[in-house]
Amino acid sequence: MPRSVKKGPFINEKLLLRVQVMNARNEKKVIKTWSRASTISPEFVGHTVAVHNGNKFIPIYITENMVGHKLGEFAPTRLFRGHGGRFADKRSGPR
Amino acid sequence: MARIAGVDLPRGKRIEVALTYIYGIGDTRAKQIITECGVDANRRTQDLSDDDVNLLRRQIEGNYKVEGALRTETSMNIKRLMDIGCYRGLRHRRGLPVRGQRTHTNARTHKGSRRAITGKKKAPRK
Repeated sequence: MPRSVKKGPFINEKLLLRVQVMNARNEKKVIKTWSRASTISPEFVGHTVAVHNGNKFIPIYITENMVGHKLGEFAPTRLFRGHGGRFADKRSGPR
Repeated sequence: MARIAGVDLPRGKRIEVALTYIYGIGDTRAKQIITECGVDANRRTQDLSDDDVNLLRRQIEGNYKVEGALRTETSMNIKRLMDIGCYRGLRHRRGLPVRGQRTHTNARTHKGSRRAITGKKKAPRK
């Protein structure tokens, strides 16, 4: 079930503030964040956000198409190396 | 023969049912279109006059996305998900279920039929 429209999209306030400050100053810096649940708003476009996947930060360059998705969707938390002994190492994990 | 949106409608069926042979039109839409056009739902396709058929055709082609256009839209949506590299896109790429279903068993609709696993023995008798 989607989130109620009345509340608006959830974005971590500190994260949004940092993006807005960077927009005002015309800066481009990688922002590290743990806030995987945050929705990507149009302000994010063009920035690179490093999203935590539980192990490390995955840098994600935000494009226009990504608006409306959550940050966590772009940093997979699971690494699947495939089944079966012989080929297991050849196939890499997500992506 | 009534031909709407590049699909031949079955002649012997009630128009309400015949319209559902078009990709993108189901029971609900078929009924809706028929009411909009003021055609009797119980008449067979072959009994419709050319005027009626034209009316339906204009209504469908003008207001609804069907057949090719609809298929393109769907595949573009999936392509978009794959291009932005989000979780749903990755699942599409790997041919696995997208909406969080289990894959330990089942998930055969999306994964396709079973592939043989090398070295797997048949269930032992005991």
